[in-house]
Amino acid sequence: MSGIDPITLAVLAGRMEQIADEMDATLFRAAFNPIIAEAHDASHGLYHAATGDTLVQGKSGLPIFVGVMAFAVKAVIDKAAADGDLADGDIYIFNDAHLGGTHLSDMRLVRPYFRDGELFCYLASVGHWHDVGGAVPGNYNPAATDAFQEAFVLPPVRIAKAGVINQDIIDILMRNTRLPQSAMGDLNGQLGALDLGVKRIDALLDEYGADTVRAALDALGERAEKLMRAELMALPDGRWEAEDFLDNDGITDQALPIRVALEISGDRMVLDFAGTAPVTAGPVNIALPTAVATAYVAIKHIFPGLPANAGVMRPIDVRIPEGSLLSAEFPAPVGGYTETILRMIDVMFSAMAQAAPDRTVANAYGTINALSIAGKRKNGQPWVMFSFFGGGHGGSAESDGLNHGNAPISTATIPPLEILEAAYPVMFRQWALRPDSAGAGAQRGGLGAVYEIELLEENARAFLFGERGRFAPRGIVGGGEAALNHFEYEQDDGWHEPPMTSKMLGMQLKRGQAVRLETPGGGGYGAPADRDPAAVARDVSLGFLSADRATALYGDAWKGSAQ
Amino acid sequence: MTKMVGVDVGGTFTDVFVLDEATGRASVAKVPTTRPDQSGGFLAGIRREIADMGEIAVVVHGTTAGTNALLERKGAKIGVITTQGLGDVLEMRRRDRPRTWGLRGEFRPVVPRDLRLEVPERTLADGTIRTAVDLDAVRDAAHRLIDMGCKAVAILFANAYANPENERAAVEAVRAIWPNEHVAASSEILPEIREFERFSTTALNAYLQPEVAGYLDRLETALKGGGFKGEFLIVQSNGGVMGVDTACRLPVRTALSGPAAGVIAAGYIAETAGFPDVITGDVGGTSFDVSLVAGGKSMLAPQTSIDFGMVVRTPMIEIATIGAGGGSIAWVDKGGLLNIGPESAGSDPGPVAYGRGNDRPTVTDANVVLGRIDPDNPIGGVLDRLDVDAAARAIDAHVGQPLGLTTLAAAEAILTVANSRMAGAIRLVSIERGHDPKRFSYMPFGGGGALHAGAILADVGLARAIVPRYPGVTSAMGCVIADMRQDFVQTLNVMAASVDEAAMRAVMQGHVDEGLRLLDAAKSRFDTREVIFELDMAYVGQTHTVSVPLPVQVTDGRVDSPTRDGIAAAFDAAYHATYGRLLKNGVRRVMNLRTAVIGRRPKFDLSALAPAPGGSVEVARKGARRVHFADQWYDTAIYDRLSLPIGAVIEGPAILEQLDTTILIEPWLKGTVDAFGNVILERRA
Repeated sequence: MSGIDPITLAVLAGRMEQIADEMDATLFRAAFNPIIAEAHDASHGLYHAATGDTLVQGKSGLPIFVGVMAFAVKAVIDKAAADGDLADGDIYIFNDAHLGGTHLSDMRLVRPYFRDGELFCYLASVGHWHDVGGAVPGNYNPAATDAFQEAFVLPPVRIAKAGVINQDIIDILMRNTRLPQSAMGDLNGQLGALDLGVKRIDALLDEYGADTVRAALDALGERAEKLMRAELMALPDGRWEAEDFLDNDGITDQALPIRVALEISGDRMVLDFAGTAPVTAGPVNIALPTAVATAYVAIKHIFPGLPANAGVMRPIDVRIPEGSLLSAEFPAPVGGYTETILRMIDVMFSAMAQAAPDRTVANAYGTINALSIAGKRKNGQPWVMFSFFGGGHGGSAESDGLNHGNAPISTATIPPLEILEAAYPVMFRQWALRPDSAGAGAQRGGLGAVYEIELLEENARAFLFGERGRFAPRGIVGGGEAALNHFEYEQDDGWHEPPMTSKMLGMQLKRGQAVRLETPGGGGYGAPADRDPAAVARDVSLGFLSADRATALYGDAWKGSAQ
Repeated sequence: MTKMVGVDVGGTFTDVFVLDEATGRASVAKVPTTRPDQSGGFLAGIRREIADMGEIAVVVHGTTAGTNALLERKGAKIGVITTQGLGDVLEMRRRDRPRTWGLRGEFRPVVPRDLRLEVPERTLADGTIRTAVDLDAVRDAAHRLIDMGCKAVAILFANAYANPENERAAVEAVRAIWPNEHVAASSEILPEIREFERFSTTALNAYLQPEVAGYLDRLETALKGGGFKGEFLIVQSNGGVMGVDTACRLPVRTALSGPAAGVIAAGYIAETAGFPDVITGDVGGTSFDVSLVAGGKSMLAPQTSIDFGMVVRTPMIEIATIGAGGGSIAWVDKGGLLNIGPESAGSDPGPVAYGRGNDRPTVTDANVVLGRIDPDNPIGGVLDRLDVDAAARAIDAHVGQPLGLTTLAAAEAILTVANSRMAGAIRLVSIERGHDPKRFSYMPFGGGGALHAGAILADVGLARAIVPRYPGVTSAMGCVIADMRQDFVQTLNVMAASVDEAAMRAVMQGHVDEGLRLLDAAKSRFDTREVIFELDMAYVGQTHTVSVPLPVQVTDGRVDSPTRDGIAAAFDAAYHATYGRLLKNGVRRVMNLRTAVIGRRPKFDLSALAPAPGGSVEVARKGARRVHFADQWYDTAIYDRLSLPIGAVIEGPAILEQLDTTILIEPWLKGTVDAFGNVILERRA
């Protein structure tokens, strides 16, 4: 590690991480919208002046943004080159997911940072806005066939030029959202986070000098690369494949394969997604930046000690086939990107489990189940309850999986049911762990959940965007599959299932009728026969596992086991 | 009966602080903590200073009994009776995970699923009872839990904050048959919206009750057996004290008892010394705890997680913790970066220099190698001497060689990185919360804090450091200083414009009546009594609430009526102060009412701790040794800290030593002994 002494480097690494963390915290506090304020669906960092590569990123933001943000910054670098007049105090804003990854709800702000008249790095802020127009409030439209039905599309434009805010852009934005007050709060919060980042980097460069900090940034990239190479060197060489499926695209009920071949040779790795389904009409496509960023998320889960730095990806070649649903071009719909990237993570885990079983966990529940219930109150006031739901995590070499966890791409918590019941005319008949939902194994998966929600007003409509209704989360190293996702809604003549299993628009509900969501558990780790019979007996006595199923999965040994 | 005694029981030592109110004389004792029954060390410590326990007016205890029982999962076997369909809330948490990256780990709640029994009952969010509680089912559940050996039971019903009727009926039915007093409903412990937080707090309270009540009972019995006739008080996480009866009923409020007492003492010492804005730093074996006191007031956090999934929601002094303490291990990762912690050698086996089997270098080892800690007289009195050579070898092997540094440079590097991480924690509580560090003083406490103070001053830009006279017994001293405080909460969940003023006044009056009753029941003298009302408010649609001080008078125990206009104005002021703007057309909502009833205890005169007249710098000087700073050795004077007279000025480099603390005065600093015996570290002119 040349050019900088190891002590200064260690100190600067901490200082820069703190700047990004503080930008996160600033937006979380200021945001109006619970998706940012509570669920932390946002991220901030420092990015390379020429390449846009991630240099440092906050620890509390959404995991998927670590990696995807580099593409957003690169899109701005390209736009700025075309504009040809990048200046200190410029701030670009856009939500175009085909350029910047994820989906159109994510508003990205990118600001160049100049030092002594020279571009030093970029700062960026991304946050999930509550509403960005389109056909469905909240923008989860399972029937969208192009981006325009999902939201308005903003390419990279300057919301500030040389430090002067362009009110015209703000006026256009605020006219295109159903919730302008919330959007304005988020925008102000993001601008505030960028201001703070500038102030903090100013102070850091004053203290250490631009050359030293630049040397530290280079060294941290080298270090990230070295760490990744060391991890890969420790794994056996070889090629391993895995395949899984999305249920359907919400338009045609046809399974969509996601395939990966993982190849390790020495200190390099190739992740090749050849064989994955082509672009679909419905919104389970993702743009190329999202696909590459997802590879990074999976790798960081497998090697959690790695830093949030682009250097990690240097020894890794991510190959995304053209024309596949992992590299959809504008204006293909990408609103359901969460489901697709969860499946990508699942296949990467399944492939890596063959190479490094101890380093890998079995598949988690694999769907976010975006459920909204909307209607009007007696006084005519509209209401929309929108939430994601949890499920089980996969078993690992060291323990059973976590019951009722959040998705691997997110760190969001679920609101308490009392907050939901206080805010919306609903009542949870059930909010419980789901027995028999875990994948069997030496270490079983965690349990999924059951949520049964009754309507307390006259009428409402429900919308669901979920997955794993036809293909269950898988185990690894001989572990079993978890239960499928299962959704039902109540009508006068009883319970019904959506034709696409976990995706449906506009289910009509009357007072006293309910929807019922049963989420998958996590896959199992290791052969069920290797599970301690006492652990099986414990699961039975706690009601996590029915006696019949225990015997079917694990044999009779548990019956004699002392509890 | 003029003696006040503060006792802080830590993992290694039990600290005792005695103040004689008649003479103003103070003394301290430090004895080993006894295990498993801590009452042995507790009494031994008091007896060291006081022969006749009949002279003691009050004993105040900062305890980690509750915290340890939670961390080690050593609470009682307890049961839960809960709403049908919602029996898994404690296990489902808020759908979080232990760590962002890795997806590993599981969670086992303190009440397993077979001890969580559901009964038919349901209250809606507006307080309407949709299903009356089935009391036969409740009694049946209680009998089953008794049969299964449960020692306590928590009754946890949905929306009980909005209407506690079903819980009340259930709790009454259970109390009639439960064999002990450990029966509680969630609306009694925390009548606040958010079922997981309320259920968790109530269940953890029940989990602690038999354990903590038993422990406190043993202590009280032992004290009385020794002739003690005074009052026994317990420090709460909010920095106030409560009677031992309240503590037995609400043990969950002791979760941060010990550390909270330390912050209270630090705030008082700093304010008395003329510096009301102070940041405290406690360097322990595995962690560095930081807390901020602004204008003499500690910051309170609404809740904390004791461990993953174990949420306690009661007001508590806000303490930020990072994993960098004296025992934290220094290591170089495969990418060539020097890291400190989070792995720690703790106090057992401890640093390499302890010679008890650890061979990986720690922060303390770096201090030893650089001569900053006296190897021949290790503090704490457990070891005879420290193995400097072993520490040097470990630093060389694990840090020096991988980084191409000499042993000394490697030791300096370890301290630089450790200090930088501690400085980062201080930035987190100051700069990141909008406080300018230049206004703040730094107060290190705990045995190792004063070794790092100079570096932290330089890094963060703090004005000065104040090293209290007895940094190792700060928490015990805080016990004697803390006020009595009771906190109450009630979720209201109403629009500010349509608040029922009379109903709200009634809730406030209820809080005040109960708070004053507890103050009256205490035998302590109070200088003044104070009531603080706060509302958690937000605009409709916003989830983060703002804490809004509500200026409502209490006269002779009678609460004036709040007004809608007053509430609106108070919210606007608080919101504007937080966000710098108000929202046009925003609808204001009142979520919770919080009441604090405080009895201010008489403060003792800290000059009682000051050095006696007659000492001199020359007499205090013990000798000199070589100490390494930056890149060279300095001949460094060593002083006996407690013998230095008021007004003494010691220019760095120097080291001040006392029984349990080493104060490092770096070459660019000077230390001045103030009128209270504190050492003030400042930059040399």
